[in-house]
Amino acid sequence: MENLLQQLVNGVAWGSIYALVALGYTMVYGVLKLINFAHGEVYMVGAMTGYYTARALGFAQEPSGLGLAVVLLAAMATCAALGATIERVAYRPLRHAPRLAPLITAIGVSLLLQNAGQLLLGADPKFFPPLVASREALRFGALAVSNIQLTVLATAVVLMAGLELVVMRTRVGRAMRAVAQDADAAALMGVPVDRIIQLTFLLGSALAGAAGILVGLSNPKIDPLMGLMPGLKAFVAAVLGGIGSIPGAMLGGLLLGVVETLVAGYLSSTYRDAIAFVILIAILLYRPSGLFGAAQQEKV
Amino acid sequence: MRARSALALAALVAALALLEWGAPRLLNPYYLTIATRIGVAIIAAVSLQLVSGFTGQFSIGHAGFMAVGAYASAALSVYFGGGWLAALADVLPGGLARALYFPLPLLAGGALAALAGLLVGIPALRLRGDYLAIATLGFGEIIRVVILNVDAVGGARGFALSAPGVDLRYEDLGALYAVVVVSVAVMARLAYSSAGLAFRAVREDEIAAESIGVPTTRVKVLAFALSSFFAGVAGALFAHSEGYIHTNSFSFVRSFEIMVFVVLGGLGSISGAVVAASVLTAAPELLRGFGELRMIIYALGLIAVMILRPQGLMGSRELDPRPWLARWRRRDAAARA
Repeated sequence: MENLLQQLVNGVAWGSIYALVALGYTMVYGVLKLINFAHGEVYMVGAMTGYYTARALGFAQEPSGLGLAVVLLAAMATCAALGATIERVAYRPLRHAPRLAPLITAIGVSLLLQNAGQLLLGADPKFFPPLVASREALRFGALAVSNIQLTVLATAVVLMAGLELVVMRTRVGRAMRAVAQDADAAALMGVPVDRIIQLTFLLGSALAGAAGILVGLSNPKIDPLMGLMPGLKAFVAAVLGGIGSIPGAMLGGLLLGVVETLVAGYLSSTYRDAIAFVILIAILLYRPSGLFGAAQQEKV
Repeated sequence: MRARSALALAALVAALALLEWGAPRLLNPYYLTIATRIGVAIIAAVSLQLVSGFTGQFSIGHAGFMAVGAYASAALSVYFGGGWLAALADVLPGGLARALYFPLPLLAGGALAALAGLLVGIPALRLRGDYLAIATLGFGEIIRVVILNVDAVGGARGFALSAPGVDLRYEDLGALYAVVVVSVAVMARLAYSSAGLAFRAVREDEIAAESIGVPTTRVKVLAFALSSFFAGVAGALFAHSEGYIHTNSFSFVRSFEIMVFVVLGGLGSISGAVVAASVLTAAPELLRGFGELRMIIYALGLIAVMILRPQGLMGSRELDPRPWLARWRRRDAAARA
């Protein structure tokens, strides 16, 4: 029982990272109907930025809250700029092209970032500095929660709450929802659609950057190809929750993290990678629009 | 007309024979390997074109079906084929025995992949658009992880095609490209047959197709299974030319690659898929002169081509010499008259 609870705690901490990345997928899909396959690489760039910032500013030696905050902001800012640039260069020219064309440029951007990362930073794994000293923060009987897990969870919750505020309570948030609902109608109402799309990329990529830092804290080995599989799985998480739905992406991420941890803990770690997809297919077959997605009516 | 087709066929056979004889003498093993991979990529790309370009069902799990074909054919060859080949070689000359045996693993790999395609397609094809793409991606990864856990085909160690006393590898380019030509020809005939017309009807408008009596579900499943069959053939060809396979070769990255061939070549163009598969398979190798920059150039090229030609290189047109031939014949006849 304690073991199960422990696995659940680990799973939630892991899943909150998926959730942050999944938010970027779901927001972009919401406004553009585009699967942004380069998103996993943005998350990799976040982790790398964190690594180099921490080393350059000397936070790598001793853990401090300030250091973590600075590194987090640096990674989020870099990724936001990267995300907006990717949108401008690779997706905006294809706004009215056949739907598969931007998908291919997304794969191109993903390849570009992976290979540029390998070329500029080296393909060998790096070890993320311990910005938070690992120790046990809470203990309930045999159940232990490390302060890294607490940091990850708290950061993720704050960021998601912030996003929820921006999307639901501000003018830009309303504009984002309007574009997601109907871009043409939103444009007629005076919403600057291109700027809102760019802003969506900005926000989503900043969250991916934060996820990169959080993964560096809990799982310090980072390398230029680290975004590939987690990126894909975060996307699965977004679909689980109902792609285009923000609460769906959060729930999908948490769910995926928990299930993966349980499978790795109780069944076999080699099947861990498959389980995400088994759940995905089960959900798609029984509830194609995901847990939180609205069923699409088909007009004839 | 018949004389002309016979002539074309003869020219093709001669070209393949020349390839069979000349390639090992003229090309070094490195170029031979590239040529082999191009052949495999062509079959894989055209098979995906059948289901994505002609039927409009986007699948990004194609590498999974290649994996089924590769592993099924490799297991057949390793566990049974070696014995059969040895027995055949006792009564027939070696080359003939190999030529007789070779189609067997290809067909077996294709058949099993088609079965997998049916099993995946029947539930998955109820989904549409992006959801179908995601489901196929998931099935592709599941297939890969399952194979990774089967110890009889090597699991995480990979699977070497070796049997005592016989050589199971087929590296001769002539035989390989004969398979490529036959596969592409069959798929092209299919795509432009009346069955292919039904495929395209489903692509253009599923509801309209349904309302004029096209059994859309059956058409989609049929296209998917046929596509999987040829993906399996490509996988079997890959296994038998490389001599060693690992599930890493069949990850979603490979599926993406095949999708890139199809979209870059132009959705709905067989010749576009052939050209894109050939060029993009050769490109990373030809760019080796650029050293570490080569994959960056490749990626930038991909983005640039897609932005400049969003409909793909060929759009949905075909490279077809016949109109030119016809015009040339007319001019010829006019000159003679």
